[in-house]
Amino acid sequence: MLHLTIPQDKIDSARGFAKQITHSLEELLNSYSSVTIERTVLRLLGIDGALEDGTPIPNYIVDQLKSKNALDKGVAYWISNAIVYTGLSAQEVANSVKDGKLELTQIAQQPTTEVIKVMNDLTQKMIDHIKQQRAARESYFAKYGPRNTPSLYVIVATGNIYEDVLQAKAAAKQGADIIAVIRSTAQSLLDYVPYGATTEGFGGTFATQENFRIMRKALDEVGAEINKYISLTNYASGLCMPEIAAMGAMERLDLMLNDAMYGILFRDINPQRTLLDQYFSRMINAVAGIEIQTGEDNYLTTSDAIEKAYTVTASQLINESFALLSGVSPEKMGIGHAFEIDPCIENSFSYELSHALLTKTLFPHSPIKYMPPTKHVTGNIFEAYIINAMFNMVAQMTGQGVQLLGMLTEAVHTPHLADRALAIDNAKYVFNAVKDFSSEITIDKEGFINKRAEAVLDEAISFLKRVAEQGLFNALEKGEFANIKRAQTSGKGFEGVFRKSEDYINPFMDKIKQELNLD
Amino acid sequence: MSTKIDKTFIRPYGDTMNDGRMQISFSMPVKADESGKEAARQLLKQMGLDEIEICYIADLSEGFAHIVAYGNTSAFVDLTKIQVKTVDTDVMTMEETDEFVEQHLGRKITIIGACIESDAHTVGIDAILNMKGYNHRYGLERYKWFNTVNMGAQVLSEDLLAKAREMNADAILVSQIVTQKNIHVKNLTRLIEMAEAEGLRDKMLFICGGPRINHDLAIELGYDAGFGAGSYSTDVASFIVTKLANK
Repeated sequence: MLHLTIPQDKIDSARGFAKQITHSLEELLNSYSSVTIERTVLRLLGIDGALEDGTPIPNYIVDQLKSKNALDKGVAYWISNAIVYTGLSAQEVANSVKDGKLELTQIAQQPTTEVIKVMNDLTQKMIDHIKQQRAARESYFAKYGPRNTPSLYVIVATGNIYEDVLQAKAAAKQGADIIAVIRSTAQSLLDYVPYGATTEGFGGTFATQENFRIMRKALDEVGAEINKYISLTNYASGLCMPEIAAMGAMERLDLMLNDAMYGILFRDINPQRTLLDQYFSRMINAVAGIEIQTGEDNYLTTSDAIEKAYTVTASQLINESFALLSGVSPEKMGIGHAFEIDPCIENSFSYELSHALLTKTLFPHSPIKYMPPTKHVTGNIFEAYIINAMFNMVAQMTGQGVQLLGMLTEAVHTPHLADRALAIDNAKYVFNAVKDFSSEITIDKEGFINKRAEAVLDEAISFLKRVAEQGLFNALEKGEFANIKRAQTSGKGFEGVFRKSEDYINPFMDKIKQELNLD
Repeated sequence: MSTKIDKTFIRPYGDTMNDGRMQISFSMPVKADESGKEAARQLLKQMGLDEIEICYIADLSEGFAHIVAYGNTSAFVDLTKIQVKTVDTDVMTMEETDEFVEQHLGRKITIIGACIESDAHTVGIDAILNMKGYNHRYGLERYKWFNTVNMGAQVLSEDLLAKAREMNADAILVSQIVTQKNIHVKNLTRLIEMAEAEGLRDKMLFICGGPRINHDLAIELGYDAGFGAGSYSTDVASFIVTKLANK
């Protein structure tokens, strides 16, 4: 059997430092909220829609409360108070605010027990809906059988949701297990989620609740045709992380890219904002049974994949530790890594095998997300096809959970129909060809592969130790991660972070914590 | 190889000079059967190909098929009449470039790089700027005589120009990876128009790069140079210092 021999105390020590890093942030996570968390609460209360100019109603309400210095109580209170006063539904209250007929902070304080009751009823209603979606997913898997391992994950990215549907259906019929609708390239930096179905985007399609609904419906239809549940994924990242998580929970997405630190490092989003938003968004994913995926591949596309391999390991452990704080179970943590070593390097395959095995060894229960070669794939489609075959071989041999299929036309264009089909054929052939191969071979304890994995872990441990000693914010400020310096109070979205008042309420966070047995 | 090639008359080469043999791969909304093959054949015929061989057709579902074909083209090119605009400065190593700056310019050169507007992909700009570099060529950050700032992804044109003004930059490097619906052309045009409006255009070199960018396009858009796929930090550095020395 293909497995590494790594001393357990090393693994424990790495985990210990990661825990020290994340647990030192509990004061932040418990005492602060953000505008997107409040907008998420509004969405979960059942409020949707947009103004004429495209501003989503959740943004409009949160901005208004912020301008009245009333946001620190939490939006749930204001909406519930208005519901008791007017007898309207949450959406009707929101519409009245939008139309200027209602001013939330001007409404007289209603009896607390009634306000709390309205709030709790609405919360329970949405949690029930999310749990129904979770049950629906589980019953589909029970009916059609579980997802393949490694799962075939392909992207659609035409910019037009209806064109995406066509491509997604074709991919499903060709054998894809998971469809990702890549977002329009600038969406992570939008501080609002666009409304409605969209037909224009750049390098992808906007994540909107209506687009989620359209794609979910299409995949359920194609699934019924081919007797298979097709999973759908999107990106709970950027400035609207928890809102997108909530939309995904409501519309039964199955996976979500949901990294704890990606936005800080690679999108220059404020560190506090990102950490708060990931905390709540991962709770939503946890209660919805949505598999989260982390973005460690980004460390390798910007740095050397051998030299910086330890940054992947360190980030994986930090991501895991944050996810545990939000109640995500290891079976639902798609810890990420990537096949990005320069193909010109001698024994590059051994390095890749070693790194992939290390991830599997550290996270044995995780449906590990394996990202394809991109950095060294430069337009030679024939070379790309063979490198992708090697990538697929490592995945099958090391038991990766989700295989993001490499495209032969990487760096040329967003995948064409035939590119995707060829990628699926490639993976199917390789997965089948080496299906049980690794059960018959062993790794030499003293050999290169084992030693290399241990060396990467050693480097990760000393890095994590250094970060734990100085604290995450100081480490970010000094550029310890990916050589990128990020200050605690700079970056996009910092103005949207606020300290909660004594009487702040987020009924969803409270309820989900209860559901997940978090304190 | 045959002894003489007529450079005025060149066709693709399969296994015989000027046989014009080419491989073509595409998908179409046709059935993966004889009618689909015939549709592909007729299409290729209209494209001017002869000796067409549809060697592979496969169902892609949803009514589409993938086709791989070979055919002979009767088109030809005259190599003696080819003209392309390329960056024509000599390429120097990092050490040579540093020495060149010391001798000919005698001051540090300030270079600011960014992926502008909607583009979130830093792989190109990083390959040119990052200390580490790419494929055995160090990035510009490592050059002794360069003062380099990498502003990263999704930088607004106005922010890039403000930085350039503040730092009195010698050169601006702009990377554009995403090209869907020609967004790269729109972004690059926006930057150069703003630079002109702000009177910065002639105060510094404007250089762009990316997989779909070439020198020709860059010149057309009003830039000083463009670097496409396969360009290295050394190409960019050599161009900057040579151009500055000749100014």
